[in-house]
Amino acid sequence: MNAFPFADYLVTAIFALAVGLTLVGALVAALSTRIIRGVSGLMICCVGLAGLFYFLNSPFLALMEILIYVGAVCVTIVFGVMLSEPDEPAEPEKPGRALLWGGTAAAICLAVFLGIAHLAVNAPWATPAKLTTDGSVRAIGVSLLTTYSLPFELISVVLLVAILGALVIARSGRTKE
Amino acid sequence: MNHLHQQPAIYLVLAAFLLGAGLYGLIRRRTLIGMLIAGELIFSAASLNFMAVNRFFAPDPTVGQIFVLFIMGLAAAEVAIALSIIIAVYRNYRSIHSTEMSELKG
Repeated sequence: MNAFPFADYLVTAIFALAVGLTLVGALVAALSTRIIRGVSGLMICCVGLAGLFYFLNSPFLALMEILIYVGAVCVTIVFGVMLSEPDEPAEPEKPGRALLWGGTAAAICLAVFLGIAHLAVNAPWATPAKLTTDGSVRAIGVSLLTTYSLPFELISVVLLVAILGALVIARSGRTKE
Repeated sequence: MNHLHQQPAIYLVLAAFLLGAGLYGLIRRRTLIGMLIAGELIFSAASLNFMAVNRFFAPDPTVGQIFVLFIMGLAAAEVAIALSIIIAVYRNYRSIHSTEMSELKG
């Protein structure tokens, strides 16, 4: 088939690495007790997701995932952690209550996970007969400027309003005292 | 031959797992920043789901990518707003634990 007989195993190994990074990162982000470890878990999860986006034929979104999530969102959350020191130890819950609520939350989330996974695996998905575009960066750019030009402009307005709102909220807290 | 990375079930189950982990974090976390992180996990689950369906079952593979791009933009805006709210709350309460913000509670 090709000159490198182990290339398939290599691709599978990289895919398994991406899946494993996503799983481990999500678990760390959800379960760790210290916030800064949770942020690191979110970073690991986003790197794994970028790998998965690459496998899903979209290197552009893999780049954007690393640029926006790891580079902007996680760093901003780290700044928030630094400014608000969330790690002061809260008084420990009574073990019975912790077990009860933890068990309830875990049961709810396990039910959601199993239900959606069951639905997704058993759904009668229809594979399309033929593709209308090739999904390249060029095709994305063309449809962003033709079909999706209105949402594109709206999202820039949303970002502008978000930046202004963040500035106003953070500033009004400062002038009060 | 059918490669492992060309089976949509893996991506969809992984997205469901991300949603479950995000929900658990959203329920169990005590601080606002922890809940924000869990919310980001749920956004990631939605993005992965869109991308998987877009890659395997959509006739136009640009639509899902553009939608995920918009999700990323909205997530960035949400983080900016949420962090400024968290910092304002921290200035007033000297704490961001969700149990202590109970002034409106009857």
